[in-house]
Amino acid sequence: MTDYRLLITTTISNMNPDNQSPLLAVNNLKTYFQLDEGVVKAVDGVSFDVHPGQVVGIVGESGCGKSVTIKSILRIVPPPGKVVEGEIRYWPQKQATYEASGFDGSVDLAKLDPRGKEMRSMRGSEIALIPQEPMASFSPVHTIGNQLIEAIRLHQKVSKKEAAEMAIERMHEVGVPSPEQRMNAYSWEMSGGLRQRAMIAMALSCNPSLLIADEPTTAIDVTTQAQVLSLLKRLQESHNMAIIFITHDLGVIAQMADYVVVMYLGRVMETGPADEIFHSPQHPYTKALLESIPTVHSASRTFLPTIAGSIPHPFNRPPGCPYFPRCVDYMPGVCDQLTPIIQPVNPKQAASCFLFSDAAEDVEPATVKSKR
Amino acid sequence: MKDQQVTGVSALQLPPASAPTRIAAPIANAIDDPSVLMEVRSLKKYFPIKEGFVKKVVGYVRAVDDVSFFIREGETLGLVGESGCGKTTTARCILRAHNPTSGKILFRTKAGEVVDVAQFSDGEMRPLRAEMQMVFQDPFASLNPRMTLLDLVGEPLLVVGGMKNHQERQARVAELLQLVGLRQEYMQRYPHAFSGGQRQRIVIARALALNPRFIVADEPVSALDVSVQAQVLNLLLKLQNELNLTYLFVAHDLSVVKHICDRVVVMYVGKIVETAPTHNLFFTPKHPYTAALMSAVPVANPRIRARMTPLEGDVPSPANPPSGCYFHPRCPYAVDKCSTDLPLLEELEPGHFVACHRASELQLVGIGDAKTIEIPGLEVDR
Repeated sequence: MTDYRLLITTTISNMNPDNQSPLLAVNNLKTYFQLDEGVVKAVDGVSFDVHPGQVVGIVGESGCGKSVTIKSILRIVPPPGKVVEGEIRYWPQKQATYEASGFDGSVDLAKLDPRGKEMRSMRGSEIALIPQEPMASFSPVHTIGNQLIEAIRLHQKVSKKEAAEMAIERMHEVGVPSPEQRMNAYSWEMSGGLRQRAMIAMALSCNPSLLIADEPTTAIDVTTQAQVLSLLKRLQESHNMAIIFITHDLGVIAQMADYVVVMYLGRVMETGPADEIFHSPQHPYTKALLESIPTVHSASRTFLPTIAGSIPHPFNRPPGCPYFPRCVDYMPGVCDQLTPIIQPVNPKQAASCFLFSDAAEDVEPATVKSKR
Repeated sequence: MKDQQVTGVSALQLPPASAPTRIAAPIANAIDDPSVLMEVRSLKKYFPIKEGFVKKVVGYVRAVDDVSFFIREGETLGLVGESGCGKTTTARCILRAHNPTSGKILFRTKAGEVVDVAQFSDGEMRPLRAEMQMVFQDPFASLNPRMTLLDLVGEPLLVVGGMKNHQERQARVAELLQLVGLRQEYMQRYPHAFSGGQRQRIVIARALALNPRFIVADEPVSALDVSVQAQVLNLLLKLQNELNLTYLFVAHDLSVVKHICDRVVVMYVGKIVETAPTHNLFFTPKHPYTAALMSAVPVANPRIRARMTPLEGDVPSPANPPSGCYFHPRCPYAVDKCSTDLPLLEELEPGHFVACHRASELQLVGIGDAKTIEIPGLEVDR
């Protein structure tokens, strides 16, 4: 397990010439849901790194485990979901949260108590989240201002008045018009775009080093989406934050991400810099996905190349490579028997496919662990 | 019924209706042209806002406000706009799922007669239901979980088609399932056994049961996964070719609209701002709102990045729209006239209608050519 991990770290540090340590390193993360009907392997061996100031896009269709991955990082996986294996190393950037860090200055979030003091001090202050639906995330019975002040005072020792000033400043920064008045507004009084801006203001209120955006623009319209995306881009540059950007929209990923992680059924299919993923995809799934989406520049009224079949139900997960039943390069006897491990394909990209490497996962340990 | 379907197949050999040589009839009497299947004339749908104990009407939400367009037989007309622009309300008025406040919906029936659907009672509508059908957005909500595929797809045959014989119905359902690419053995199964893409196929099979000529597809792929969207789009294209169907395609995703539509109508706060053949609309938009929509579409190419120049502000409420042109508070090209006078939909080029005071003087950029944009972007990125 460790040797391939080393290889990937080398590939990723290639694109970071200054060779600084990553901000977040997710290593072989497995999050399973133990249900009466069986075990749902929502995240099954996911590894990727996030460097300071980098925008990492996680792209995948429904059920690929992208949301559960970020919920595992924040340790807010709803029961009966559990992080069963792997580590989530995070390098805290603030003095106050150093307490729990180990010898190399990192904390393994997977080992922390989800309800404990250390984890709570991470959320909001070090790692912030912009949820998908801001309407469902704000309290409808508290004003926006109240909720912002609460978030600020949880992590910073300031008076209510100071916190209110900070909140107004943040609202101003994200482009909420007349922020002093909006402080007293309720979330349901605001439009979708404004609500999402207020949510971004809240996420930024404690200057996090890592911002996780979980489909932040799925629920809003195109023109508002363009506003929110360019706002996030501007804030990312001015604060030098790292962002993990989750979406199923390849267009949004292409516009936002520096580095892309393609997921399918709980596993990472391919990783690489955005330009390489879009212009020389390696994995058959990435290739097929890019070909099958209509773009404004593709020819009108032609038949699109499609990916045969549909995403399997989580209980009927195929053995071996999860993509083999839909894959055009399926090799009988290999893909349906063994699970490929993510391996470097070229100096920049890594893919988990037997077309590039014979490395396969040992099946035993995972099954033993899940029975525990 | 069978015979008519066969003639429909032979008709598909004709070139698509959007051939650039044709001269567009003025909107006012488009239905006089025998190739026009439907004309919507000054359609209005106002929803009252009621307040207080006696439910006094204090205002109206002008969901659809004086909308006129026409659809040719065998073509796909796209209806695009942001949420709240009235595109779904327009589609629902056409099928009389809503009763329009005023306006005409002229439809050419199978017999060649032109009828005004807007004035029809429910009873008068019923025989026409066989000719116009709907495909809904969310296939998880539009299929009754307690009915088998045979019951679901066979119901319109029983209710409107009057096909009482069970064997006959079963044979027709099998035929329909095959047409949309599902195995006929699935007939006894319930919808829960199918994935989103398969469910949308079932919804399409149900819509096709009575051999309709006109199908309203309300965001048919937006609830589906990216990898299955292409399958459903291909199916819609294939069925149109085989059965000579006419589609009204309601969508917010411009890439999908560009892919499937012959002509496009762009709506903003209950009004049409622009309508044109797809190619003209995407490459030479004339209305600033259309151009803004184009630039807001995230392009799936990391080398084309700097193009996004987002519009300021939010979509106004249709209950309280701004004065003059509804778009003027957000429009970068607005002049004094725009805040006072409401622009009318005028034909700027054959088939290209725009509602903008400055349409003829503005030089707007559409989606542009992917290749010409890509080269400078490449130099900037590297």
